[in-house]
Amino acid sequence: MNKNMKILIVDDFSTMRRIIKNLLRDLGYNNTSEADDGHTALPMLQNGNYDFLVTDWNMPIMPGIDLLRAVRADPRIKDLPVLMVTAEAKREQIVEAAQAGVNGYIVKPFTAETLREKIDRIFERLEQNG
Amino acid sequence: MDKSQDSDKEALFKKEQLERARELVQMMEAGQEDKAGHLIEELGRMHESMLFQELGKLTRDLHEALNSFRLDTRLSELTHQDIPDAKERLNYVVAMTEQAAHRTLNAVEDNLPVAESLATRAGELGAEWTRFRQREMSLEEFRQVSQQLSDFLADTERDADKLRKGLSEVLMAQDFQDLTGQVIRRVMTLVQDLEDNLVGLVRVSGQRLTKPETDHRPADPRKDAGPASAGTGPAVSGTSDKGEVVSGQDDVDDLLSSLGF
Repeated sequence: MNKNMKILIVDDFSTMRRIIKNLLRDLGYNNTSEADDGHTALPMLQNGNYDFLVTDWNMPIMPGIDLLRAVRADPRIKDLPVLMVTAEAKREQIVEAAQAGVNGYIVKPFTAETLREKIDRIFERLEQNG
Repeated sequence: MDKSQDSDKEALFKKEQLERARELVQMMEAGQEDKAGHLIEELGRMHESMLFQELGKLTRDLHEALNSFRLDTRLSELTHQDIPDAKERLNYVVAMTEQAAHRTLNAVEDNLPVAESLATRAGELGAEWTRFRQREMSLEEFRQVSQQLSDFLADTERDADKLRKGLSEVLMAQDFQDLTGQVIRRVMTLVQDLEDNLVGLVRVSGQRLTKPETDHRPADPRKDAGPASAGTGPAVSGTSDKGEVVSGQDDVDDLLSSLGF
């Protein structure tokens, strides 16, 4: 897996962005950027050549599920792998995210090990399918 | 204001009626039968319009009473469900922050002695090393120090890893700010909602003193929003949070794999 891949971390809480950024750095991914909701993230994704998106769900203005749908609807970035890291833990929401085309789903609170495992899994599958 | 206006109107109405009655008597005495007939009709109409005005006012009062009743049901929902829920949510915040503080303090307490011991041993070995460089050390002593140095390097590697894990633990413990922040925001929305409803209630109760209002705002739009698309933050047990909630990451993984993931 490419450790230099460009990753966008989207969460409205800066503390959570820092946690995820530090965990990713621990895993060897140093090329990360941050956005505080879907509305600011979308133009960054459209123009930034990102390789991977890690997003929260519950955010002001544009929640993560809408960001996911917007990504899948944009031909330029529709294949971007998306990992959702969220406190939303209702079964119907997880199903909703799966139907919207999410690549992985982590419920908060989570562990560093869970994050590593899900990222590995996502890129293993992409390699198998690609 | 309304009451004094009403009594003013009534007084004016009576005065007018009395004037017309006097006119009527004068006309009848003067034998003006036609004019008198018209005046009698007019008097009847005046009475009718007064009646319609009263009826209009009653209708308006009924409308207001019904509206205030609707506000009352939202208020009762707030007091019966949302306020107790908010207490549970704030309890969750207290528990989460306490847990995070303990997690952080435990990591600090576990790792401070490790850092202290590393510093002490490095200091001691540093002193020995200086003696060696100044050739103040016998061969036998040097053999001992050499062994200590080798042990110290091995221990440093082990302890540095322990410190790294401790710091990661402190890092992860900070996730409480996101989780409790979402819950607190939700409670703040509730407080705002409660305030709006109380203001509405006061306005309705005071409406007899002011002009009738027609711009009653519709019910909270968030209540009608689809299936949690906007996100609601962490589900707190013991509240009315609806829907089936997964119990952890394993549950999520099972659900996703059942969906072909």
